[in-house]
Amino acid sequence: MLAKRIIPCLDVRAGRVVKGVNFQGVKDVTDPVALAKRYNDEGADELVFYDITASHEERKLFTDVLEEVAGKIFIPLTVGGGIRTLDDFARVLGCGADKVSVNSGAIADFSLIGRAANKYGSQCVVLSMDVKRVDGKFTLFAKGGRENTGIDAMEWARRGVGDGAGEIVLNSIDTDGVKRGFDLEMLQELCSVADVPVIASGGAGSAEDFVTLFKSVPGADAGLAASIFHFEEVNIKNLKEMLKKSGIPVRI
Amino acid sequence: MIGIVDYGVGNLFSLKSSLKFLGLEYVVSGAEEVLGSCDRIILPGVGAFGDARGILKERGLDKFLKEEAASGKPLLGICLGMQLLLQGSEEFGSHEGLGLINGRACPLKGDIDPALKVPHMGWNSLHFLRKDPLFKYSREGDWVYFVHSFYGKGCGEDTLATADYSVPVTAAVGRGKVLGTQFHPEKSGSAGLKILRAFSEV
Repeated sequence: MLAKRIIPCLDVRAGRVVKGVNFQGVKDVTDPVALAKRYNDEGADELVFYDITASHEERKLFTDVLEEVAGKIFIPLTVGGGIRTLDDFARVLGCGADKVSVNSGAIADFSLIGRAANKYGSQCVVLSMDVKRVDGKFTLFAKGGRENTGIDAMEWARRGVGDGAGEIVLNSIDTDGVKRGFDLEMLQELCSVADVPVIASGGAGSAEDFVTLFKSVPGADAGLAASIFHFEEVNIKNLKEMLKKSGIPVRI
Repeated sequence: MIGIVDYGVGNLFSLKSSLKFLGLEYVVSGAEEVLGSCDRIILPGVGAFGDARGILKERGLDKFLKEEAASGKPLLGICLGMQLLLQGSEEFGSHEGLGLINGRACPLKGDIDPALKVPHMGWNSLHFLRKDPLFKYSREGDWVYFVHSFYGKGCGEDTLATADYSVPVTAAVGRGKVLGTQFHPEKSGSAGLKILRAFSEV
């Protein structure tokens, strides 16, 4: 049986890992290569790197970091942030990424998903979605959660999968940064419309939140978090032991 | 020296990095004379069976690989590379494989529990049917990373290991020194590195 995956997410800016708070303001955390190594040693199943750089020079620093990590750590690496063209796919895949996640780039040009899936295969294309309840409806947001697109999030997921997205990262803006657990209701809804792996993101505050996630949303394949891992509030090794004790299949 | 067959299929970054990490020498090439001088060969591959098979044939590499295998040179197929070693594939039509290993690549869909997702993507654990030197450093239950929608069916005695995905999914095959893994050892953490190291000693 497939293991449920635990995925730390590293936001990288100017060659450093940073952490945003409620989609606003960032604080410097540490060196990405050292952090990636720590996560690998603790048993992380996959790593996600988001490139949140502003300038061209910083973008080069990002791919340097990626290349260094990919040369030392042999678990799947997903890269996102600023992916708008097939050239962007080629750039990060050439530096060791295995999967590429698209978010605003797919909102700006939906054909990106299909074109990338044709060229690199669906397993390579991850659709990342920032979703928030607006008037009780799950609504897709763009630009790091700042802009309401007015698009129905579940319809967006359905279209994305139909066009070749091989995996979905669902980040709930409503629970992100709140640390009171994943958005189970939103995830359940997504799992009922998408038949590709679903990665839950936003809201994990404790190891118990991951147990609750996998127990209450059987369709969720992975749990993603950042700060609780960065600041060692949750140790991945201990987390996986707890999951195993709860009867959830994990790679230990 | 390990020869990695370069035929324009898939991303070789991780494979190269992991061999380098292990201190193993390798060369990436599509030229017979280069690959022929290596003492073992890795056939990687991601994508569609028919396309990959077509390219191998066009470049004469299919005949070359069969000759190398017949001469007893260790050969490791990874993912689609493993499937290419089989008799054939049912992926988008019927295609002939290299015929070095029993079985055909068939869709997971239809054979597995319909509630399970395809591709079979993520970490699954290995169950060994036969302990080949390729797995001399591995242990029963080791976790490895899979991404595939087709699998080797009817591999019979050539099956070395399976992974449970409601049915036993062929995870590794072997006949003599012709070996294949459906999973990606270059993406399977320390468990995968152990397999690549063992291959360098087969």
